[in-house]
Amino acid sequence: MNQPVDISQSLPDANGLFGNFGGRFVAETLMPLILELQDEYTAAKNDPEFQRQLAYFQGDYVGRPSPLYFAERLTEHFGGASIYLKREELNHTGAHKINNCIGQVLLAKQMGKKRIIAETGAGMHGVATATVAARFGLPCVIYMGTTDIERQQTNVFRMKLLGAEIVPVTSGTGTLKDAMNEALRDWVTNVDDTFYIIGTVAGPHPYPAMVRDFQAVIGHETRTQMLEKKGRLPDSLIACVGGGSNAIGLFYPFLNDPDVHMVGVEAGGKGVNSGLHAASLNGGTPGVLHGNRTYLLQDEDGQITDAHSISAGLDYPGIGPEHAWLHEQKRVEYVSATDDEALEAFQICCRKEGIIPALETAHALAEVAKRAPQLPREHLMVINLSGRGDKDMTSVAHHLGDKFGVKNV
Amino acid sequence: MSANQDNAMNATVSQTMHNPTRLDHCFSTLKQQNRPALISYLTAGDPDADTSRRLLHGLPAAGVDIIELGMPFSDPMADGPAIQKAAQRALNNGQTQAKTLDMVRTFREQDSTTPIVLMGYYNPIYRYGVERFLTDAARAGVDGLIVVDLPPEHDEELCQPAFRHGIDFIRLATPTTDAKRLPRVLANASGFIYYVSVAGVTGGSAPTPERLEASVSRLREDTELPIAVGFGIRTAEQAATIGRYSDAVVVGSALVDCIEHATTPDDAVERVHGLVSELAESVRACRS
Repeated sequence: MNQPVDISQSLPDANGLFGNFGGRFVAETLMPLILELQDEYTAAKNDPEFQRQLAYFQGDYVGRPSPLYFAERLTEHFGGASIYLKREELNHTGAHKINNCIGQVLLAKQMGKKRIIAETGAGMHGVATATVAARFGLPCVIYMGTTDIERQQTNVFRMKLLGAEIVPVTSGTGTLKDAMNEALRDWVTNVDDTFYIIGTVAGPHPYPAMVRDFQAVIGHETRTQMLEKKGRLPDSLIACVGGGSNAIGLFYPFLNDPDVHMVGVEAGGKGVNSGLHAASLNGGTPGVLHGNRTYLLQDEDGQITDAHSISAGLDYPGIGPEHAWLHEQKRVEYVSATDDEALEAFQICCRKEGIIPALETAHALAEVAKRAPQLPREHLMVINLSGRGDKDMTSVAHHLGDKFGVKNV
Repeated sequence: MSANQDNAMNATVSQTMHNPTRLDHCFSTLKQQNRPALISYLTAGDPDADTSRRLLHGLPAAGVDIIELGMPFSDPMADGPAIQKAAQRALNNGQTQAKTLDMVRTFREQDSTTPIVLMGYYNPIYRYGVERFLTDAARAGVDGLIVVDLPPEHDEELCQPAFRHGIDFIRLATPTTDAKRLPRVLANASGFIYYVSVAGVTGGSAPTPERLEASVSRLREDTELPIAVGFGIRTAEQAATIGRYSDAVVVGSALVDCIEHATTPDDAVERVHGLVSELAESVRACRS
């Protein structure tokens, strides 16, 4: 049923296209830099010294490899498939985001850039960026929507402690897309000395490919670990998808394995039919935003509409172009989970495994709740536990506080 | 092969075969008069459809030579706060791509000579449908397009189809466009070249005069197309200085600010046309 995808054709192509998706839809001011970045990245990919440094920081600084953990109690709870958690939340800074930031900051140093900027939604990418900027001694400016600043106070404080300057973005809905607009405006103004660390597999080429490559360590490790544990590949992989970096990181090294089923879980908000969601593939149409063509939430006139999700990290009206392509190729199945389903799965994970997942990750767990009970114990299911939930205490208390007699966190 | 050398998707189309357009006429007339063109930018539908129409219709009389009309977009990444707010005002009041084209059509009923260039972002055009948009735009009397997020690497998307519809695709050159890249930027350019005076967003800091003049001279060595300069030009004095060596001066955010600061629609019309008259007087006298 799965269509094998030959990744040996090494998409994206020279123009940054995955089929009809991706590309370099940016202002002329940025084009020379984008082309330079592409050349530098291509060189770094084949540079043993760059790869050695990357491996060193992934190991001793990030703490890789992250464990592939057999979630025995979750498996028992759902009574079906054997559930394995790829523990990306154990990485330094508590999410998969740092995998990419380490790679990009090394590239920034190599290119002689003097200043780092980034956008952030939930704050995990902002924290990871502020972290690597501190480690490499570069000044760092993080753009963050005012709505997200309010619901992610802990991460705002973390970024400030790490020495980053936080610029609140009030335009639009004050969420991730607006933060990305503002970061792009900064970049176009400070193009000479500034490196923009994009946090997901979106933006103009080469970002979607570059971020994917830095995150693919997740899938490569999973493959090795599962072969060691069970002597075979997993049967299915499940990950949440906002922009889609943790998902592509897990999926990419398995794209050529037709027997591995892959499921990306979008944020269904109040339900894909409610209009209040962030499910670009399940409830959007193709368009061009933030440097690439992909599926977007937009109205009839091509105006971008607001995304909605309980999780700030998934609250984005687009998705990485490679996911748009994999969706149309039918290689990956894209589903959605609502806010309520995510909250329910969040609590199950807390109580059964003693792991507090990020609200983003809880969307993947919600799909496990639907799927695992129907499958036999021999089915090996891997979930990317992309981040930890400490940052979400305020949001979760807002929704569940009464149940626990807690007013404020 | 590096992306810089990859021309596979970027076949050059001959841009010299068309009949003289309104833009050609405009620039050749002004050349005879030895003065630069004044290009005004306003966002279509800002602050509302009716006021926007009044603003548009009064521009030629106030002294504008070429009209740049913004197609509002929810996420204008290359624009500063002034034009972002203008787009938001227009969208909040129900502006659409169809209404913008309709404004041009109505304008053309009374003015068949002043060139109109639509400026904006690709997504609203893509969503409207490229062929349908170009057909409707050509019929309405649109002369050119400036689409910020379509670099020459994507010429097959809109630039080449636009040319087939007789609509010029105005290319942006910027301070970061180096000698190696310039030929690619100029390859399918038509109408005029829009030189972005500073690396940044619209309405930002003013350009450095000496450096700007040198950049325009360098650009002139490689193209025979007229060169317009925009971004950060707010005053009659700046317009005059730049108009001495450029073929056109673009003023946008300063006009849009007039709308934001206006107390009533009448006040907005008065302020915008007032500033346009000042700028027009200044560019008319700048080489004498």
